[in-house]
Amino acid sequence: MKFAGLLVMPAGFFLAIAALVLFPPSQAAPRAAFVLCGLAVEVLGLVVALRGHMEGKGKGRP
Amino acid sequence: MIASLLPDLPPALPSAMPPALSEAAFALVLVLLLVSPLALAGVALVNTGLGRSRSAAQSLLGNLAIVAVALIAFALVGATFAGTTGGAGHSFHLAGKAWNWLGAGPLFLGGLGSAPAQAQLGLLFQFLAVAFAALIPWGSGADRLRLIAGCAIAALLAALVFPLVAHWAWTGGWLAQLDVNFSLGSGFLDPAGAAAIHVLGGLSALVVVWVAGPRRGKFPQGGIATAMPGHNAVYILFGCLLALAGWLAFNVAGAVLWVRAPLAALPVTAVNTLLSASGAVAATFAVTRIRFGKPDASLCANGWLAGLVASSASAALVSPIQSLMIGLIAGVLTPLLVEVLELATSIDDPSGAIVVHGAGGLWGLIAAGALAPLPGQFLAQLVAIAALLGLALPLVYLLFWLLDRAVPFRVEPDGERIGMDLHELGGGAYPEFVIHRDDSYR
Repeated sequence: MKFAGLLVMPAGFFLAIAALVLFPPSQAAPRAAFVLCGLAVEVLGLVVALRGHMEGKGKGRP
Repeated sequence: MIASLLPDLPPALPSAMPPALSEAAFALVLVLLLVSPLALAGVALVNTGLGRSRSAAQSLLGNLAIVAVALIAFALVGATFAGTTGGAGHSFHLAGKAWNWLGAGPLFLGGLGSAPAQAQLGLLFQFLAVAFAALIPWGSGADRLRLIAGCAIAALLAALVFPLVAHWAWTGGWLAQLDVNFSLGSGFLDPAGAAAIHVLGGLSALVVVWVAGPRRGKFPQGGIATAMPGHNAVYILFGCLLALAGWLAFNVAGAVLWVRAPLAALPVTAVNTLLSASGAVAATFAVTRIRFGKPDASLCANGWLAGLVASSASAALVSPIQSLMIGLIAGVLTPLLVEVLELATSIDDPSGAIVVHGAGGLWGLIAAGALAPLPGQFLAQLVAIAALLGLALPLVYLLFWLLDRAVPFRVEPDGERIGMDLHELGGGAYPEFVIHRDDSYR
């Protein structure tokens, strides 16, 4: 689960980059929305990775 | 479309050379950079104080060794990838834009003595920054991270990961060129290393905790987390004061080097640093007073440092009152996040580095973007945060996960039981003290 979360995070980064490439500076609002969506995906990935870490609690932990 | 990928050899994309520093600015920055290692000393003391007494010597020796290894690794490998101010870089082309993603400095610091003065200063800044970034994860691995593993982590960070982020942010990389390529403010602004030092260090600390696991007895099966307070509040609090001196120097030097702040603006940068730290510690003091009935010394220290970390991003870009607000919010968030990380997510971070440096740095970057009076600056800062979370964190996890296979991070159970000092060094930091058996081992 931790690996799944960490794999999702680069997807969020590429979404943010896609916003810069696809939207010209004149379309500031959709550009910002796309970047924020990318960040939201990264946060989702981080939460999944943290949940994966928590699942290890009590199982094989020292 | 990608027309060409790395490496362009010889490097073909010199970044724009910023205007030269005046002699006065050069002398000032040099003096400030010579003072800034006080921040390293402060963080080293905080790291040591927040660990246990039976690991104190190993912790402080580890801080020294990590600084040394990081500096050597950066000199031999990292500085080449980080590049220099106005130097060349490797780039690829995508959507009609050049994406300068890797520096192309000379090997083994060749020609350093004849480089332009500001390139030399920039390199000195990066040397101090890489030592700082490498120190941060060591505190999170306290009481169970082996010395050799700490050094290996520092070498990896200094040779491979820090140079990437430093180049992107400081020496003409793609983040610094977001203004030219995508009309985003003045490009990504990281005047004193909130991203390259603190967020990167904080994320590395998170990965170290993930890989090494918690201290034995920290999260007993079926019970709540065991409190394992730091062993020396004097080290912790004196370390905070020491760090302030170094931070002031680092923030002011960074403002001159990376955002070209005029000399007349530097006192405001220093005042902003002071206000951010003061606001943060006042807020943490109040929050812990309300939460626990008495202020908590170690959390107040964490709040102070979080305010300083947030000021690394914002002190050169905002007004004093804004800096105070940034500090206040950092100070409120710090104790709450420390508690959430420990109790809700089972993260055992003795030094609080994940929150102090990781979250504090992210908050500083966001606040600087939101408050800086430049259109598009907020988006530039968000793109940089996306790069740190989306690229740097998975990369660090992959590297550390592989490194753990070669150099196990965690000490043997016996080492944790008798203490890192006796296990790794053969002697304790306080030989006249009796080491009591910990209840959690019964």
